[in-house]
Amino acid sequence: MAPLRPYLAAFRARFQLLLEYRVAALAGFATQLWWGGIRIMVFAAFYGAHAAAAPISLADAITYVWLGQALLALQPWSADPEIGHAVRTGGVGYDSLRPLDAYGFWYARSLGWMLARALPRAVLMVLFAGFVLPLVGLGEWAWRPPSSLEAALLFIPAFVLMAALAAAVLMLANIVVAATLNERGVNSILTPVVIVFSGSMLPLNFYPKAWQSWLHLQPLAGIVDVPFRIYFADLHGGAALQGLALQAGWTLVLVAIGRLAMARMMRRLEMQGG
Amino acid sequence: MSQILVEALAKTYRVAERAPGLSGALSGLVRRRWREVHALAGVSFSLEAGELLAFIGPNGAGKSTTVKILSGILRPTSGRVEVGGLVPYEDRIRHVARIGVVFGQRSQLWWDLPVLDGFDLLADIYRVEPARYRKRRDELVSMLRLEPLLAQPVRQLSLGQRMRAEFAAALLHDPQILFLDEPTIGLDAPSKLAVREFVRRLNREQGVTVLLTTHDMHDVEALAERVIVIGHGRVLTDSPFASLRSGVFAERRLHVDFAGPAPEITMPGVTVRSRDEGSLELAFNPADIPAPQLIAAITAQHAVDDIHVDEVAIEEVIARFYDLHDAREA
Repeated sequence: MAPLRPYLAAFRARFQLLLEYRVAALAGFATQLWWGGIRIMVFAAFYGAHAAAAPISLADAITYVWLGQALLALQPWSADPEIGHAVRTGGVGYDSLRPLDAYGFWYARSLGWMLARALPRAVLMVLFAGFVLPLVGLGEWAWRPPSSLEAALLFIPAFVLMAALAAAVLMLANIVVAATLNERGVNSILTPVVIVFSGSMLPLNFYPKAWQSWLHLQPLAGIVDVPFRIYFADLHGGAALQGLALQAGWTLVLVAIGRLAMARMMRRLEMQGG
Repeated sequence: MSQILVEALAKTYRVAERAPGLSGALSGLVRRRWREVHALAGVSFSLEAGELLAFIGPNGAGKSTTVKILSGILRPTSGRVEVGGLVPYEDRIRHVARIGVVFGQRSQLWWDLPVLDGFDLLADIYRVEPARYRKRRDELVSMLRLEPLLAQPVRQLSLGQRMRAEFAAALLHDPQILFLDEPTIGLDAPSKLAVREFVRRLNREQGVTVLLTTHDMHDVEALAERVIVIGHGRVLTDSPFASLRSGVFAERRLHVDFAGPAPEITMPGVTVRSRDEGSLELAFNPADIPAPQLIAAITAQHAVDDIHVDEVAIEEVIARFYDLHDAREA
């Protein structure tokens, strides 16, 4: 672990700090609960009318919604605000005073930022949607456990790769923010693209047939659609392994692109004033 | 071999320019005009290990740009820089592991974390071996009297307390070279004294090479044996502090409030800089006429209400340097 020590420290700093914000976690949980309820009602209405046309069962669709709401903060739909702040204030200069790989340093911090926001909300969501709902007799609307032991075991690497891939996507956004000195433009494009193409809005199988082949090959599928379908064994066996390979492959590709882009951006970066 | 070597260093920024008003904005959309700003226009100097060098000069003179290039976060347009045998911006990671940097206007500690947690993180980031880290940290904590602050989040520290913590943060990895960019800016008098005392000890006792920029002549006076005056991106003078003092810096000002109207004063080595009804501002060089002698001469001949001696403000000194070097901007 020794070579990773500085990067783990960067991750830890961010993670620890955000865990302090308990009110934010509660507020996030409440919002995501509310939206989860609405999305489940929409699914219920759709299944009531067209159950035969649906690619997955209602129970799986409900679990898909709860998983998505629990892990919403792992979706890279807005650039890391700390990067935007550092660029505007010149803190980026201090970053390059650290004897660290610049990409790795930012990556570790952004990953810490995402996980620290996601995990407390996910725990609350599991408690509520997984345990409280069945206890109060609303079991059919509950978050189900993984469909099988195999699914549970496969979900572990799928979750790790989901976070790794999401951070790689986030890094691309961060780099654009640093190059353009503004996060608004990036976020206004990133948010809808990620929500639609990750499968966060709808599982990708619900989109038109003609789109299916490329929808399932594009990188954002690895952030929501692939890991969640592994969870309820819609993807299993070889298909699940292919899903993991897609996540891992895109992570490597996006990290490589990000590193190149970052090196270029850092060379052009000027620290002005003073 | 010198520890720091700078040769013909130049840095040019390109700044977009447009005419004011709406028509200017519209024509800027079509064709953008660029103006070149020469932040550094050929700076050369070298520094031996263990030296303490002060960079002075007004805002925009190029001091900070020089420090940023030396610390590896800016790339020069041309010229050559070596710090301990490394080119900072080419070999950034190895270079920055060996230097410490304090920017007076920025914080490198984590705003919301207690000071001690920030130190721990920096030790990880610089991969300082744990036993060495504890020893170094304890040493810095006692030198900078940080014990009572360690458990406080950085955001709750006063500026003076924070600067002391920043110094410790910059030195945990035991760098042999320290760059300080306006380290005393905004500090109150006791904090300034504490910072100067600390920098002096670091330099004299631990042999750390220090390069600092400042606007505060007292910093220079207290610390530096050698001073570089920089203006418009050029080195105007590079000399031991003692010889600077005897030249332009040695000039003193005498402010005299007379009981009646201000008289004419004609004395060799004394010039009247300004007068108003009942007071005079005189410039004199203590090497020509010592202050006590001048004061005695004036009070012997005139009734005086108040009298005090001033040093020349740094801005004025620099302005004079510009004139001497014909470097004043048009």
